[in-house]
Amino acid sequence: MKRASQPTETPQVGRSIPRLESWLKVTGRAEYVHNLRLPGMLYGKIFRSSISHGRIKRIDTAAARALAGVHSVVTAEEIKSIVPDPYYGPAFLDQPVLAVDKVRYVGEPVAVVLASDPHVAEEAVHLISAEYEELPAVYDEVEAMTSKAIVHDVLKPAGTYPDLKHLQGKKNTNLALDFRLRRGNPETALKSAHRVFEHRFRTQQVMHTPLEPLVTVVESTEDSLTIHTASQSPSFVRIEIARLLGWPENRIRVRVPFLGGGFGAKLYIKLEALVSVLALLTKKPVKISLTMEEQFFTITKHATTFRIKSGLDREGRIVARECEVWWNGGAYADIGPRITQKSGFTAPGPYDIEHVAIDSYALYTNLPPAGALRGFGVPQLVWAYESHTDMIARALGIDPVEFRRKNILREGRPQATGTKMKDAAIETVLDRLEVLLDWKKPFDRGGGTLKRGRGLAVGFKACISNTTSLAAVSVNADGSCTVYCSSVDMGQGSDTAMAQIAAEVLNLPAESVRVVHSDTDVTPYDMATLGSRSLFHMGNAVKLAAEDAAGQLRALKDELKLPADAPVPDIFRKKYGMRAGSVTGTASFNPSYTPPDANGLTENATPFWMVGGTGVEIEVDTETGRVRVARLINVADVGTPINPKIVETQLSGGSIMQLGFTLFEKLQFDAAGQLRNASLAEYRIPGFLDLPGEIINEAVSAEQRTGPFGAKGVGETATFGLSPAVANAIHDAVGVRLTELPMNPESVYMKMQNK
Amino acid sequence: MRTEVHFRLNGQAVSAQVAPHESLVEMLQEQFGLYGARESCGQGMCGCCTVLLDGVAVPGCLTLAVLINKKEIVTVEGGQTLDPVQEAFIEAGAFQCGFCTPGFVLMTRQLLDEYPDPDEDQIRHYLSGNLCRCAAYPEIIEAVKLAARKRKA
Repeated sequence: MKRASQPTETPQVGRSIPRLESWLKVTGRAEYVHNLRLPGMLYGKIFRSSISHGRIKRIDTAAARALAGVHSVVTAEEIKSIVPDPYYGPAFLDQPVLAVDKVRYVGEPVAVVLASDPHVAEEAVHLISAEYEELPAVYDEVEAMTSKAIVHDVLKPAGTYPDLKHLQGKKNTNLALDFRLRRGNPETALKSAHRVFEHRFRTQQVMHTPLEPLVTVVESTEDSLTIHTASQSPSFVRIEIARLLGWPENRIRVRVPFLGGGFGAKLYIKLEALVSVLALLTKKPVKISLTMEEQFFTITKHATTFRIKSGLDREGRIVARECEVWWNGGAYADIGPRITQKSGFTAPGPYDIEHVAIDSYALYTNLPPAGALRGFGVPQLVWAYESHTDMIARALGIDPVEFRRKNILREGRPQATGTKMKDAAIETVLDRLEVLLDWKKPFDRGGGTLKRGRGLAVGFKACISNTTSLAAVSVNADGSCTVYCSSVDMGQGSDTAMAQIAAEVLNLPAESVRVVHSDTDVTPYDMATLGSRSLFHMGNAVKLAAEDAAGQLRALKDELKLPADAPVPDIFRKKYGMRAGSVTGTASFNPSYTPPDANGLTENATPFWMVGGTGVEIEVDTETGRVRVARLINVADVGTPINPKIVETQLSGGSIMQLGFTLFEKLQFDAAGQLRNASLAEYRIPGFLDLPGEIINEAVSAEQRTGPFGAKGVGETATFGLSPAVANAIHDAVGVRLTELPMNPESVYMKMQNK
Repeated sequence: MRTEVHFRLNGQAVSAQVAPHESLVEMLQEQFGLYGARESCGQGMCGCCTVLLDGVAVPGCLTLAVLINKKEIVTVEGGQTLDPVQEAFIEAGAFQCGFCTPGFVLMTRQLLDEYPDPDEDQIRHYLSGNLCRCAAYPEIIEAVKLAARKRKA
């Protein structure tokens, strides 16, 4: 990967070592929950709702129960015998373990068949029938604001988040959060502005599509549960299952090996509550592995509508911006209300604007639930504000780079919340994009039926707070090191990064460090592996824990009167008279945070900022509308990389994933809320033939001073700017403006016809 | 109703009792404890279940186990040591979550058997039936080129 300048290299941090688990992965031996089979295990297959909203009148399971080989059929009735109030969720206790009385989207789990042969269970599912009394449904996020179709009769906030408490017991609404921010006097400023621009943008519902579909295995004893699950949030799973069962946390063990991709799909509770109850009901180990098709009915990314309005002065400075964002959360809130707020407050973009209004609405609809997907809502926002920014620049006849530079949010200046920017290399990212795009040089615009264009966009993101990570680092009697942490390696390379951090502190080769995978009986609490928080939060915790261990070793040397450079094995041998003992350093990391006031303002909105910019050169085929990305440039502020090679893979991979969301991925629903393309045959994800001609990844020279060895998260950064950069380039190439994703050949072609 | 099939698995003569509906992936996992070929999309669209059947890469989730009588099956677990393709995948960092990696390794072996010195276009087309949601595609291209050099060395 290119770097603007070399960081100070220390022995372990800054090394591009291969992932620690490389051998396991290339030989097919890496452990996934997918591989787990237990003696006497039952397989569960799910019967799902065929309508988008209705009351359950009858579920007929007799034929399924009668099928040879079926162990049992479970509905909400049986679930309630174990969990009387079977609703879960991180923000609202709105999602039932199996549908209770009502169904709220097509594909919602209604019943489960258990059998020791999964094919028998599946056959029996087809023998179940249900009758519903259909209710009016709502699918569009803006219509949901005023619709008579109400998805939930009563709102039930989980109690975790203070800003949701006012929604307790609310009726006749689909609004699961109305985040409001007011800074300065946007109304007046817009009225007195020299020019005002207003646009509306939409993004589509898409799916994470991890190639390892969601899977959970649970084994129970009289008074304990072991949950083996493909989860990004083992600690949350333990707490939430403990709450549902009314058990102490120490009776629930959550184990997570490697994940076959996550991207936000495997957060909070997915299959864990259902499979736990099934294991308790049957007193046998139970496994549910979703098919790829079923994943489409489990968790998705929010579709959004974003109305954005800006007032400009005579010099081309943005003086006021009004943002109204509607988030289509589907039938269950999942983490949507947090996205609505935590990303919502960045909706005006990385610009220095005095007067700002933000209204960000989390809405229930009768679609599959939406949650976090690689960017926590930020890609939807950047899509709108960077398209809008480009449209203004072009309307004013100002170069888009110059227009951004004139308005950019500089270090030390307050962002919309009032929090001052710190360690956020926004302007550097813009500068480097300009250089790498050769922006000032003449550009080949193509000819004939292939028109060329270029565009760029810059986005930023706050890291979700308030969150906590704990870690333990042991140094064994032979001097080897073991790291205990609940960060989940789903492909992002967290095991390797944590090993490098511990190794740096303890002066060991990173390859020699073992990282113990999440096991809540063993590894300490971590909020979750999400939102690019692990490297910063867990990285700091591991660094502090390693320092604690190093301090204990120093104290032992003093106690034993050993020289400062005494090898570790000598310390233990002298202390215990043989090769015995170990020291364990521990630490917790919980950066400070100030919740927003009634106007959405706070001096301390986030522990760190992520900054990502994208530049593209594209070709538009004017006969087909097909867009091909010839050159893709990712520029990011990731602080100081711990492992530059893995950083590059994250930037490149994140941008290619976003390319699918930009050009073709879309869940297609019919008028009755039926999903029509729930399979990889009909829902295409990027493959080799979709790759840009050239990809350049650059981490700008930067340091996150509060991060471990100057580092911060990178998993989401390359997703921010891609979609608007492509839209801006399409406009540059053929003069049409796309305001809705995806920009597939049909939509580009139709736009050109209607020009 | 089960049928007995006899075949060679990673160089060893083996046999198994298989049901008519049983896929090759199910048989490998349940009867031989081999998890490298794994079902993902279940439609032959992703390549995660790739195995070599008489030297040809096939989707193991769509191949019925009863059809492999007297055939030769090779999975990613075959071989005592890392081959040049696996070494190259490690050195090039050509994977993230690793779920699709066995399929890519096997497909790359077949690619290099057919085209020992592939250009980038050949690599992209040959491997276009394998999907990687982490999108380690640029690194995979590097790995294939590196493996080609290693094989020649």
